[in-house]
Amino acid sequence: MARIGVFVCWCGSNIASTVDVKAVADAAAKFPGVAHAVEYKYMCSDPGQAMIRQAIADKRLTGVVVAACSPRMHEPTFRRLALSAGLNPYFVEMANIREHCSWVHDDRPLATTKAIETVKMLVEKVRRASPLEPIRVPVTRKAMVVGGGIAGIQAALDIANAGVDVILVERSPSIGGHMAQLDETFPTLDCSQCILTPKMVDLAQHPRARIYTYAEVEEVKGFVGNFRVTVRQKAKTIDHAKCTACGVCIEKCPASVPSEFDCGLATRKAVYVPFPQAVPAKPVIDRGACLWFTKGRCKVCEKFCPAGAVSFADKDSLVEETVGAIVVATGFDLIDRGLYGEYGYGKLADCIDGLQFERMLSASGPTGGKLVKPTSGETPKTVVFVQCVGSRDDSKGLPYCSRVCCMYAAKHAMLFKHKVKDGRAYIFYIDIRAAGKGYEEFVKRAVDEDRVVYLRGRVSRMFEKDGCVIVKGADTLSGQQVEIKADLVVLATAITGSEGVRDLAGKLRIGFDQYGFLSEAHPKLRPVETNTPGVFLAGACQAPKDIPDTVSQAGAAASKVLGLLSSPELVREPLVASVDEAICIGCFACENTCPYGAVEHGLRKDAETGLEVEVAKVNPGICEGCGACVPVCRPKAMDLKGYSEEQIYSEINALSGRLNVKG
Amino acid sequence: MRYAFYPGCSLESSAKEYRASTVLVARSLGIELEEIPGWICCGSTPGHMSDKLVGIALPAHTLAAAAKMGTEGVLVSCASCYSRLRAANHAVRASEAFANQVALALGERYAGDVPVYHMLEIVAKAAAAPGFEEKIKRRLKGLKVASYYGCLLVRPPDITGFDDQEDPQTLDRVVAALGAEPIAWRHKVECCGAALAFTHADVALKLSGEILEDAKSSGADAVVVACPLCQSNLDLRQRNIERFLGIDLEVPVIYFTQLVGLAFGYSAGQLGLGKHMVNPVPLLKRRGIHV
Amino acid sequence: MTHAGSGHEELGVTNFLEEVESQTGEKVRICYQCGKCSAGCPVGYVMDLLPNQVIRLIQLGLRQEVLDSSTIWLCASCETCATRCPREIEIVRVMDYLRQQARLGGHTHAAREVPIFIHSFLANLKRFGRLYEPMLVGMYNLASGHLTKDMDKAPAMIIKRKLALLPSRAKGLHRMRQILKNIEEMRHR
Repeated sequence: MARIGVFVCWCGSNIASTVDVKAVADAAAKFPGVAHAVEYKYMCSDPGQAMIRQAIADKRLTGVVVAACSPRMHEPTFRRLALSAGLNPYFVEMANIREHCSWVHDDRPLATTKAIETVKMLVEKVRRASPLEPIRVPVTRKAMVVGGGIAGIQAALDIANAGVDVILVERSPSIGGHMAQLDETFPTLDCSQCILTPKMVDLAQHPRARIYTYAEVEEVKGFVGNFRVTVRQKAKTIDHAKCTACGVCIEKCPASVPSEFDCGLATRKAVYVPFPQAVPAKPVIDRGACLWFTKGRCKVCEKFCPAGAVSFADKDSLVEETVGAIVVATGFDLIDRGLYGEYGYGKLADCIDGLQFERMLSASGPTGGKLVKPTSGETPKTVVFVQCVGSRDDSKGLPYCSRVCCMYAAKHAMLFKHKVKDGRAYIFYIDIRAAGKGYEEFVKRAVDEDRVVYLRGRVSRMFEKDGCVIVKGADTLSGQQVEIKADLVVLATAITGSEGVRDLAGKLRIGFDQYGFLSEAHPKLRPVETNTPGVFLAGACQAPKDIPDTVSQAGAAASKVLGLLSSPELVREPLVASVDEAICIGCFACENTCPYGAVEHGLRKDAETGLEVEVAKVNPGICEGCGACVPVCRPKAMDLKGYSEEQIYSEINALSGRLNVKG
Repeated sequence: MRYAFYPGCSLESSAKEYRASTVLVARSLGIELEEIPGWICCGSTPGHMSDKLVGIALPAHTLAAAAKMGTEGVLVSCASCYSRLRAANHAVRASEAFANQVALALGERYAGDVPVYHMLEIVAKAAAAPGFEEKIKRRLKGLKVASYYGCLLVRPPDITGFDDQEDPQTLDRVVAALGAEPIAWRHKVECCGAALAFTHADVALKLSGEILEDAKSSGADAVVVACPLCQSNLDLRQRNIERFLGIDLEVPVIYFTQLVGLAFGYSAGQLGLGKHMVNPVPLLKRRGIHV
Repeated sequence: MTHAGSGHEELGVTNFLEEVESQTGEKVRICYQCGKCSAGCPVGYVMDLLPNQVIRLIQLGLRQEVLDSSTIWLCASCETCATRCPREIEIVRVMDYLRQQARLGGHTHAAREVPIFIHSFLANLKRFGRLYEPMLVGMYNLASGHLTKDMDKAPAMIIKRKLALLPSRAKGLHRMRQILKNIEEMRHR
């Protein structure tokens, strides 16, 4: 005999302002199987929960329906409560009368009727619930970090320092990411490489960390606690075990291509180390540029290598790693600076982007730290910095703010003035976003100490004339048009998600937005988690951010990983599919439908004939409870625990009135 | 191919040579032009500046008249008329209420469905198709040409949809197809100030002067245009510009149809080259193009 | 000084802003004053208000200041601003509306030649159905007081037969007059 308690929540005024909660409670009291029905202002609060606990005891309730917000908000809350009150948590259901009712309707009588009907459905569901026990799976106490920039490095270090093994996978030949390309960083003007390289070395030498460089994630199978990741180690063509990093191969190589690290301002050889402080410091061969692989001739490097480390027969290899958690830290890309026709479609050589300017500023960069005008090689005296190129543009670019450009434009202008004392720096801006610690003071310093001139207005057009770039902008504050004859123009281009991130997201089954940023589980409360258990985010791959925020997020992601891996067992929800083997005919339509690979083959001995029959079995450790297998099962052998066919039909019937439920 | 031809006011008077050359080029390309009966002025800039309904109803009338002719669409040589005709189509399709007002003004309903083509797009299409090469009797080799598009051909992109609005190439491609050399320059789509030519001549002189100066300093022998208002500003007033800015220009400004006509073998007289203030014939002679 | 609050004209949410938005269909309120329009305006150097300032004054509801500016008349309708505006505001359409309102309200002294020219042009159309240039120049010169303007062009143009000495009545003249009359009647209703 069911004795169900119905608890209708006001949710402050969120529900009560549209739905007559008293009427819902009164109607629910009359439903068959309901022994107790009340309403209260905040059901999830301490007194609210105490009230439910008391009712479970006093009224000997066998089930609970909480009519309130979405189960995504508080189902765990009320299920935990039931457990502590001695009631199996799977006899607790939430009737969503907020997101599905009060928040989307205006009409009070109609909304109230809908709320009553919703409660009716869930009461019928709970009447047919079964006691379920959580599934326990073993956890692999190991983590993987995808992406070797500052976010990935920091997360990996935090995890390794806590005593958990970590594997870092980076697709370029060295770790370091974009931070390694920067010259000095705001707001302290710390040398980027000086603060980064010690971390790179720490990680490389850490006993608990293993780094794969020139490698990518090929495939991800499994689930939280037990991910089976296949990593493709691309053929380096240089045996790092033998290589002594002498550099002779690089010297002798005749093939050159534009350097990615130097953003096209310089070239590198086909056999290369991306930058002098690379980790590992040993070269790889870019087979797309190598004359042997493209044209079938050369092999000079092999001829000259004193250690015999060149191995042209090298092949890609696939390595399988099992990890309990994955942190995605794939960073960002800048948009193509040729986006705007009014800015020259990228054809103006004296008009470069922010990363290119960083490489020019850098002492280990293509110009040895000397600022030069690309077309003439002379020192630029008038430099114009243009902010918001591609950002905050609903029409042709991206609608959002890229967050870091106001700060780095100020920094660029300052560093330019430090190098060219009689130079003139102009920054075209719309707003200045300097919200971090020490940031406002930094921008002031640019104006105060380095006499940078800020002009408020977007640049309409720029073109080349007589060897200079004519910049046509405006200063809206003084109400005038401004035309500047610049030697060099630096565009602060917008930030997007990294190239290839959508494919990776598909492999990990995590979401992303239209700009290539990975989706966090909740923008305020769960910024480093994804909707896929066991996969976390850190850094600019989630949204544009500066180094301090990136390092913080990396630490946050690491702490989530460590929390997840802190016990030897993971408790999973028992809301999984299961097969009634007596009915299963072994057609395996379910196996073809399952997106997670959770259906396995088993054998059942037929009682009558004694023959062994192949039947389907669901692996409860892998099944995510999506339910896609249930409708395809022809003999109706497949069912979903917690959402059984009986329960679902009872809800539908309650709604359609076929069960003669008076309410 | 038969098109409903809309000359517009300028081609009837101060730009007669544009009309003449358009007709000749169309003939060579096998295009039949039938003038729209009872066409009226499109209103141009004063039209839309004075009243939204006037600015749309006037061109809509001509389009409604063209709709009854059963042709491929309207063919127009003036960029300002082109812009107004297309704006009329756009406005009538965008709002039912406004289309009703236009219908009341015209006394008949127009659905905004008559396609409107600028002569340049027709010529460009023909230049890219087989058979064009054969029509060229004089290759204009050695002639360096600055292609000037002006404002209304390429802007706003959602009305004209013509070509890239910052660095269009249609006219440059036509110039190249004739054997001449289209030069890269900076003022391709900069405004010549035509709207202010009567009332604030100084502004028009300054803007037009900058265009001609850039064309000349970029190495152009001549500027080629697709609009009679631009031509008038750059050619008719060129002496005024020289005086105003204190510079020497002597840059012939010719209609692209005249250039195509030259390549097709027509004479200077037929193409009305003599009607320009800055005579292009001496330049052509210097480049070995005898007309 | 501009006031807001009870008893004063409210800034930000104003009748003039709503009027312009509903009449033009342009979302003037979302302009964030980036200045790209003003930066690229070829005529900006002679305007009293820059285009972005006109938009700003509309946002603040300052109708008088806007309609009294020379900017709305000097705008050459070249569409450079609208093409590059990151908030996709069709500024020329807004300018057209302001010009109409200015003419209706008698705000025509800021750059008086332009409304005079517009009037002369339309009178020309009403008379001939098409543009008859000598008449246009004549009317305009008289009305604006620049009596010999552009007269230096006349001889050359006549010789080159670019100028029709006699007006030709357009075949569509009757229709032109009818359409203009219809519109006038619709306005009065």
